[in-house]
Amino acid sequence: MNNILKKSSSFYDVYERRPGADKLTTTYCPGCGHGVLHKLIAEALDDFGVREKTIFISPVGCSVFAYYYFHTGNVQVAHGRAPAVATGIKRAHPHSVVISYQGDGDLAAIGTAEIMHAANRGEGITVFFVNNAIYGMTGGQMAPTTLIGQKTMTTPRGRTVKNEGFPICMSEIIATLKAPVFVERVMIGDTKSTMHTRQTVRKALKLQIEKNAFTFIEVLAACPSNMKMTPSRSRQWVKEVLADNFPLGVKKDISEEFEPKDLSRMVVKNSELHDTLKLETAKVDSEKIAPYQEKMINEEIKVAGFGGQGVLSLGTVLSEMGMRHNYEVSWLPSYGPEMRGGTANCSVKISKKKIGSPLVANPTVLIAMNRPSLDKFEHDVISGGLIIYDDSLIDRKPTRDDVDIIAIPATKLADELGNTKAANMVIVGALIEYKDLMSQEVVLESLGDVLKRKNLIELNQKAIIRGAEFIKNLKK
Amino acid sequence: MAKQFLKGNEAVVKGAILAGCRAYYGYPITPASEIAHAAALYMPICGGTFIQAESEVAAINMVYGAASAGERVMTASSGPGISLKQEGISYCAGSELPCVIVDIVRGGPGLGNIAPEQSDYNQVVKGGGHGNYKVIVLAPNSVQEMCDLGMLAFDLADKYRNPVYVLTDGFIGQMMEPVEFPEPIEKIPEKSWAVKGTDETSDNLITSIELDPDDLERHNQKLQQKYAIVKEQEQRAEEYRTDDAEIILIGYGIVSRILQTVVDKLREEGVKVGMLRPITLFPFPTKSMTELAKSAKFFLTVEMSNGQLVDDVRLIIEGKIPVYLYNRMGGNVPSIKEIHDEVMKLMRLS
Repeated sequence: MNNILKKSSSFYDVYERRPGADKLTTTYCPGCGHGVLHKLIAEALDDFGVREKTIFISPVGCSVFAYYYFHTGNVQVAHGRAPAVATGIKRAHPHSVVISYQGDGDLAAIGTAEIMHAANRGEGITVFFVNNAIYGMTGGQMAPTTLIGQKTMTTPRGRTVKNEGFPICMSEIIATLKAPVFVERVMIGDTKSTMHTRQTVRKALKLQIEKNAFTFIEVLAACPSNMKMTPSRSRQWVKEVLADNFPLGVKKDISEEFEPKDLSRMVVKNSELHDTLKLETAKVDSEKIAPYQEKMINEEIKVAGFGGQGVLSLGTVLSEMGMRHNYEVSWLPSYGPEMRGGTANCSVKISKKKIGSPLVANPTVLIAMNRPSLDKFEHDVISGGLIIYDDSLIDRKPTRDDVDIIAIPATKLADELGNTKAANMVIVGALIEYKDLMSQEVVLESLGDVLKRKNLIELNQKAIIRGAEFIKNLKK
Repeated sequence: MAKQFLKGNEAVVKGAILAGCRAYYGYPITPASEIAHAAALYMPICGGTFIQAESEVAAINMVYGAASAGERVMTASSGPGISLKQEGISYCAGSELPCVIVDIVRGGPGLGNIAPEQSDYNQVVKGGGHGNYKVIVLAPNSVQEMCDLGMLAFDLADKYRNPVYVLTDGFIGQMMEPVEFPEPIEKIPEKSWAVKGTDETSDNLITSIELDPDDLERHNQKLQQKYAIVKEQEQRAEEYRTDDAEIILIGYGIVSRILQTVVDKLREEGVKVGMLRPITLFPFPTKSMTELAKSAKFFLTVEMSNGQLVDDVRLIIEGKIPVYLYNRMGGNVPSIKEIHDEVMKLMRLS
């Protein structure tokens, strides 16, 4: 049976998107490689029956208008970013066939990071990289693949190693990565090489369709207009000169042993989302917190010490427990490098009223866990306020005489319990006992929900009790 | 409803997932990194994708891809990272792609520092990238709003096919407060324009290029019409004790929380003062602002940037009443006392 030669159905019959009167021919120059490569891709999409599933990404460059021609889903993207866009699309629709199509400036200059990392992640996409050693659309400037000595608009005396370095060999670079499955450099030169390119295009697309494999096909092609050559001369140049500088051939092929990649996502029902996100309202015994519902609490607490003393978690425990007692609460850390090794502090507000500013400039309570903190914040405490300081670490007494002062050897008490790190919870116990802020029972019961390190819960509970006992003894 | 105590940066991710977002592409940066941490933790187990991209540029282009594919998608960053994303955001606006960008602003310019600032106002509210475009900007001032406005951002993005920012400062991102989380949305809106790798969508085209000047002008006019509708319909602001106010304090984000306390303090002293907090920065809340200017003696704009917000307030007020500025920069936060004293000073002057 005779095949009727006709335009591939993966192309539009009439290029309606193309402006101007001519809706039947492409915008590509005679001799240009894009038209041929488009044709090979479209034919393969037809033959594999995947036109509907295909999403074609048009780059910046002469192929920016590939969407005039391909009757597939089309996305036009920024210069160099096609592989990143392809990533977003393929991850959303793993069943689709995503083609990332780029020229040499797009892929090997401005988009170097995007192609390297899409390749390194082994995205299930097919990359077609058209290398014609020159910028076409912008008017014949040097490409990263321009040959040594080649004259372009921006290398008017020819590319030199001294000024521009060497042409970049992308296929060889991509082939050094572990994730790419099939990497080959082919050319559109004579009929024979073009027919070989046809086979390579088909192999690459098939590997995506069947295995979600990342493949990278570099296609050496001609740009007769910018090379100022006739179409036939330019093809000859590709074959004789370009291919001599960029060796053709398979650079990597692990397609046989490559296991199909499953890109499907987890299926999670809407009804399961709250559980998955751990969105759970804490259960609190309303009888136990009843005595605290009418208390007119309005505490502004500053907690300060060395990084590593648990200053921030002292604050979060106080505020979380406050929330469980139906107080309004906020917690604000001094964040960033200060947290790593230096001093740390946080502002905690616990109030019956809605909280405006979460910042604490003049605390009602200062918890100082080291000397620099006491030095820094002592004078900010409001008159009639409270200073709690760890006198097992701080070698001076506060000088204020208009505030209440509790000296508690929190670190020493924690050491006696077996772990220095519990000093912060000793202070939690002391504070809630001294101010009667909350139910100790509720705090102890809820500690497991609040602390990250589950193996230290018992120790921390003991520390809270120890802190409270210290205050009780003080009050006696 | 479920009540939890957590960071703003975490609340915005949980809210996003409840709003149907299933893709996060981002790059780490302080003080926004906890957003990436939470997305890395929760996106995959909620049936979504998380990728730590190779760069901010790549991240926003992955967002472009996911949005083209019809997904609800987000990214997050801070000052320097947002600068890098601007190219991609311009493309998203040009191609009319809905997406959500969270900006947890830090000190600038350049590397600046990681303390809270509001100096991204201009680069976010004014578009920032190239071309005649606008993005919708929501400005939460609490952890609850990081969830609520974060969720709203996805609805607005889809409604107008436009990028939407959640713009706030390092403090709102880093602080912890109780949040009540709603039930997840049933289903994200159908997007017949997206490319989904299906026969029905194989004629769809996502693009921002229009070679012909007439075509591009028409496209631009269409965008401007859309922005006009947004200006008309989406202005949001909170007024606090403004009823009989003669002085109006204006601020967003963490500043508005401080202003609220300042207002309470001044009211106790008998000063008739109120606060206007823009919740949307684009559209700018011109309606409430113009209304309040009718009875106020003066406005005082308080910001953690070099007068970026006050420029917009002055544009609206057109010299009808004095609009003053009190600002701090570099990561310093205006204190209650500073603002209080500034109001007292201005009262003596007027």
